[in-house]
Amino acid sequence: MGGYTVGELGAIFVMQGFSGLSLFCVYLLMALGLAIIFGQMGVINMAHGEFLTMGAYATVFTSKLAVDHFPALVGVYFPFAIVLGFLIAFGMGYLLEVLLIRHLYKRPLDTLLATWGVSLVLQQVFRSAFGAREVSATLPAWLLGSVKPTESIDIPLNGLFMMGLTLVLSLLVFIFLFRSRWGLKVRATTQNRVMSGGVGINTHKVDRLTFAVGCGIAGVAGAVFTTIASTGPTTGSLYIVDTFLVVVFGGAASLIGTVASAFSIAQAQSVMEFFLTSSMAKVLTLLAVITVIMARPEGLFSIRVRK
Amino acid sequence: MTNNEVLLAIEDLTVSFDGFKAVDALNLYVNKHELRAVIGPNGAGKTTVLDLICGRTKATAGKIQFKEKDLTKLSEHQIVHLGVGRKFQTPSIYGNLTVFENLEISFPRGRTVLGSLVFRRTQDIFDRVREVAKEIFLDEFLSLEAELLSHGQKQWLEIGMLLIQEPELMMLDEPVAGMSVRERERTAELLGRICRNRSVIVIEHDMEFVKSIAHKVTVMHQGKILAEGTMESVQANEKVIEVYLGH
Amino acid sequence: MEEVRLKDKSWLYGLLVLSALIFLVMPLTFDIFRLNLVGKYLTYAFVAVGLVLCWGQGGILSLGQGVFFGLGGYCMAMFLKLEASDPKSTAIQSTPGIPDFMDWNQLTKLPWFWEPFHSFTFTVFAVILVPSLFAFIIGVAMFKRRVGGVYFAIITQAVAAILTILIVGRQGLTGGINGITDLKTLHGWDVRTNHAKYILYFVNGGFLVASLLVSRYVTSSKLGRLLLAMRDKEERVRFSGYDVSNFKVFVFCLAAGISAVGGAVFTLQVGFMSPSFVGIVPSVEMVIFTAVGGRMSLLGAVYGTLLVNFGKTYFSESYPALWLLLMGGLFISVVMFFPNGLAGLYDRHLKKRMPLETRP
Repeated sequence: MGGYTVGELGAIFVMQGFSGLSLFCVYLLMALGLAIIFGQMGVINMAHGEFLTMGAYATVFTSKLAVDHFPALVGVYFPFAIVLGFLIAFGMGYLLEVLLIRHLYKRPLDTLLATWGVSLVLQQVFRSAFGAREVSATLPAWLLGSVKPTESIDIPLNGLFMMGLTLVLSLLVFIFLFRSRWGLKVRATTQNRVMSGGVGINTHKVDRLTFAVGCGIAGVAGAVFTTIASTGPTTGSLYIVDTFLVVVFGGAASLIGTVASAFSIAQAQSVMEFFLTSSMAKVLTLLAVITVIMARPEGLFSIRVRK
Repeated sequence: MTNNEVLLAIEDLTVSFDGFKAVDALNLYVNKHELRAVIGPNGAGKTTVLDLICGRTKATAGKIQFKEKDLTKLSEHQIVHLGVGRKFQTPSIYGNLTVFENLEISFPRGRTVLGSLVFRRTQDIFDRVREVAKEIFLDEFLSLEAELLSHGQKQWLEIGMLLIQEPELMMLDEPVAGMSVRERERTAELLGRICRNRSVIVIEHDMEFVKSIAHKVTVMHQGKILAEGTMESVQANEKVIEVYLGH
Repeated sequence: MEEVRLKDKSWLYGLLVLSALIFLVMPLTFDIFRLNLVGKYLTYAFVAVGLVLCWGQGGILSLGQGVFFGLGGYCMAMFLKLEASDPKSTAIQSTPGIPDFMDWNQLTKLPWFWEPFHSFTFTVFAVILVPSLFAFIIGVAMFKRRVGGVYFAIITQAVAAILTILIVGRQGLTGGINGITDLKTLHGWDVRTNHAKYILYFVNGGFLVASLLVSRYVTSSKLGRLLLAMRDKEERVRFSGYDVSNFKVFVFCLAAGISAVGGAVFTLQVGFMSPSFVGIVPSVEMVIFTAVGGRMSLLGAVYGTLLVNFGKTYFSESYPALWLLLMGGLFISVVMFFPNGLAGLYDRHLKKRMPLETRP
């Protein structure tokens, strides 16, 4: 393949692998949020990408605030930005559920169209409020630079930090869903709404919270996103189709499947990008994913149930 | 009354869901023109057996022999073409079409894409629909939207939709659930009529009803057959009493 | 004895009204510039009509109809471009006789798949067959495996994305992001003159009416009733002895073919084809045309297309930011408040008794 030695190829794979890590983190955080919403609740949120954009803008503006008014805080603003991104996205998600989603639970195709409309509205709001050009956050110094374990391998620090953050967040989601009382209520409601209501669970509140949490996670994805690229009004919409494919590929009901799926898709695309043009890499990845979904529509990680 | 030729032969049928055996090495034989009732506690696997026969669920092992074909290898519509009709537990009819249209769609003509494009509502179809509607007590309701029928009438409509297909094996899952006493009597009479020309498998919980119509009863429990025979012998069977009929 | 009427009277009257609008009112009211715009909208209406078939009747939401519109349009564009790239007019190119964008991309020979488009007969068949074949492949792959609903919609989006990337990336073969432009003549007849545009407008309208008639035949046939039944109780239809996937594939291919004709007419009428009609955003927009007009109504789809596009042109000129908000709002309000579109509102409030075929 183009005259690389085995050693060089190995180094390339490792480096592309790590550059793929940042993409993996974004995919995973987006997919986790969507898997909760779609996989557990069956709700399609085509505006999910806009929650990423929300979190990204929140980070950019926190960064601007720090740079312009509190230069001493530039080193530490980032964690605040992450929390802010989560809260804003959470709040907007909550609002969206109350105003729109809860009327459309039995109609998935209609939810798809309605949330597409929300996505258009939000994109226009971003454009009018923040301008059409892309903006970036100023990364704190400790996130810049890289680590060099060997001569030819160069691992960016922000990638490692994001990896760590994503792992922590995934763990938090897991704990929330499978080890907390709220998580129990969520799982009960999605498996048997009527009975859950019958035992006193406020299913409407559970739905609202679940949806909002899913959106909040996308907000965090947005904050992560600012470390690898700049943000514009349509940034989020670029990831929405990929994110759905990640969720469906892994099996909408399985969180582990989502992790595995995000990892393989991000890595496949990243590695291929080195050898092909980035658009061909994207095409091949999409094609591979679609083929798998056709061969196994229930996703890679799902159990067989009586219909 | 019963012709001793076997119409349906189920052998060693097994289906497991994630390790749980819903149906476990089942052997079941149904003769021509027989009315077989299948009873048993909830979760015994009764509906799953019907699902397996009509192709809704794929078996993990075993075979289902019907008219020299193994049904486990066919798709749902192919099984219907062979002559098997299935009624579901909750009435499954086309609510936004009329009673007439419901029956018409089930008429076995124009079943391919091309056939349905050139299908014409000819006199023989009208006659046949009216004939079946009369059998299922709905001849006065032909132009009524099916959604507006009573629960019992919907059950009858679904039975009619099967009848018009002229199946050799009809499978009814809880046909009298939610019916009044009078409706049950009429349904018993209907079933008695229709099994003159075909075999019928009925899943039911109403013991009086089963007693009044069944030639033979099969009791299922945990995916296997617990007992088989006439209603009297089954009701007297100790194992059955222990597991199912209470005491 | 009630006969199934192929075309029940009230629908025919509706078609007559629409035809009068298209063939009389508009040409008499508008100048050639505006009429050309209307013609453009009418080509989008082909897609909307196709969506009434596969989405309204069949419950198959395709968010990638732009793919078929584009494929039909590209086939026609390839023919017209080859005609415009004869050796005499391209004498100044390094390689005369091939389209200009290929020359810019240093191609020296016409790619093999362009060759057959020298023939008009081939092109006409290709316009319908290529997209239908593509739809057939997608349909069989999806419907035989019982992939439907939301999953199918997302996958059509992915397909639209893939095709756009491929077209844009292969500049030398397809004209890239600018598409295929500078089309001049059809069999020597200059399509750029006003006179030609008038004729093309009427041809356009004629094809649209033909598509409406074909679609009406399908929706009022037993197949149409089956689609409605399948939409709500797919399993029961299967157990009545129908191979459901065949019907879904059929209606999906039919919708694709009709959209493709629209694309080809667009290329003729407007004079170019580009990937901006193929991707996700234009495809979803086409859905809103159908949704506004009424997903269950063939005639409604045409009106919906005209209305939304008139609105788009008006607002984009004066208040572009407002337009996107409006369109987003349209999606939301149609779904929440009038799911059967304008046709649904008309039926509910103005019409006396609905024929069975239009009932949701």
